[in-house]
Amino acid sequence: MSDTHKSRRVRSRIGRLGWVPIVWYALFLLGPLFLVFATSLASRGIYGGLEWNLSGENYLRSADPLFSLILWRSFLLAAVTAAFCFIIGFPMALAMATASATARNVFVFALAIPFLTNLMIRICAVKSLVAYEGPVAHFLLALGVEFDRFALSQNLSLVLYGMISSYLPFMVFPLYSALERFDFSLVEAAQDLGASYIQVMNRVILPSLRRAIVSGVLLVFIPAFGEFVIPDLLGGAKTMLIGNLISEQFLKARDWPFGSALSIVLMLILAGAIWWIRLFDRPMGRPRRPA
Amino acid sequence: MNERHRPRPPRSIAVVLPLMLIALYLPLAVMLISSFTDIQDGGSYFTLRWYHEVFADPALWEALSRSFLVASGAAAMSTLLGLLGALAIDKWSFRARVVLRTLSWLSLMLPELVLALALLSWFALFGLTLSLWTVIAAHITLTLPFVILIIGARLKGLDPAYDDAARDLGAREWQVLTRVTLPLLAPSIVTGFLLAFLISFDDFLVTFYTNGVGSDTLPVRLYSMMKQGMSPKIQALSSIMLIVSVVLIALLARLRGLKSLADAES
Repeated sequence: MSDTHKSRRVRSRIGRLGWVPIVWYALFLLGPLFLVFATSLASRGIYGGLEWNLSGENYLRSADPLFSLILWRSFLLAAVTAAFCFIIGFPMALAMATASATARNVFVFALAIPFLTNLMIRICAVKSLVAYEGPVAHFLLALGVEFDRFALSQNLSLVLYGMISSYLPFMVFPLYSALERFDFSLVEAAQDLGASYIQVMNRVILPSLRRAIVSGVLLVFIPAFGEFVIPDLLGGAKTMLIGNLISEQFLKARDWPFGSALSIVLMLILAGAIWWIRLFDRPMGRPRRPA
Repeated sequence: MNERHRPRPPRSIAVVLPLMLIALYLPLAVMLISSFTDIQDGGSYFTLRWYHEVFADPALWEALSRSFLVASGAAAMSTLLGLLGALAIDKWSFRARVVLRTLSWLSLMLPELVLALALLSWFALFGLTLSLWTVIAAHITLTLPFVILIIGARLKGLDPAYDDAARDLGAREWQVLTRVTLPLLAPSIVTGFLLAFLISFDDFLVTFYTNGVGSDTLPVRLYSMMKQGMSPKIQALSSIMLIVSVVLIALLARLRGLKSLADAES
């Protein structure tokens, strides 16, 4: 066992108690995940039980154009959410990091509340806003705008709002954390040399945020891909997403093998996305491509 | 840290922050106001009626106590396991460090839905009846990586000289741990516990999959109520939960836990 770490860290026998969390993870993470993989190769028995017959039929089924469309739609929703979160989150993080020290703490707290507040509460709040008798409906009525009162409380823009407002802090926190430590004298230097603020952003600030942007995008994209509660409650479950589809296999159709296969496909796509996004996490001008 | 040199971005960029804060808080404000409003004969009146209804509902009280039970149990176990994990990452072997880091990274990156259904299949395979115990076990896995991150970050920042000094003065391993390391780690242990509690208390998806019949926690209850349509009672219940969360978050903020969370994520 080689410890290559350069610090003067002293090893201690206490560290060996690390077996306990490792065993926990083996029992309640790795075991279950392996079971999902095994189940994906089984098939559903006549009475809803499992038949362990090692076939790839569930994967063939998930390649059906109908399901590919659902996957594509989920991918698109996650990508659009991540893009919006970055476009909105970057100026937010920048404004936060350049505020005074007291204001910075207030902003972190103000963002932490919606971040750590239950999803159900936030959905309930959005639904209160657009309820049948809610303020938005009254406002539109007062303006004399024609609209469908039922469609108002369940539609795609609400889903998008729900997704963005839920995942925005995942983008803002890493960006803010990096900007907090950022040396802003570089910005002054660039401005003294005649750069406009847009140029400063593009050439000075953004390149130094690569790592934070990569983790922000991952933190938004990954959970957004498998999301099903927000579209379910705010979109009225009209558009099928991969999260709903998997969930239905487990809770309604009781076709666990197919649901497991879909989960494996979902994880493979996510692993691919993580690998691809991480390619951007390298210093400028020194590309580190696998040879 | 270089407080004076922070050139502000132009207003057109900075304005996004207040606008988004309004967009984030407006629905919450509307929900709070609606929960105190009674609409009768076209007029709106202040009322505590919906809160009375919430407090008079025994099913909600049971859900609330289950939520507390699950969150405290899971957070306690998760804090203990997370402490051992963080200590192992810091003080065991290189191999242990890699294994534990990979495992907690995996559980952080895993979509919650996949974790939920994997655990459901696992419990079914062993014929375990779904109950609050299965929920607690699931929540431990869910919250463990956050605890490891937070305690680990603090441990990494500790000067090894403390340990050396204690050892030079003749302390044994166990004494170094209980008299030196643990007191130094105390704030991060509390932060880890609070964060685990919050995550567990708020969790819907994993609970939805791993709880048994008649053992709904508050978020699960809220989901099934909302599925049937909105009502002021739901808004009152959500407002109560919102206030509980805000109190917990304020506690976290006092312990500087929010900053360590933001830093750990980047």
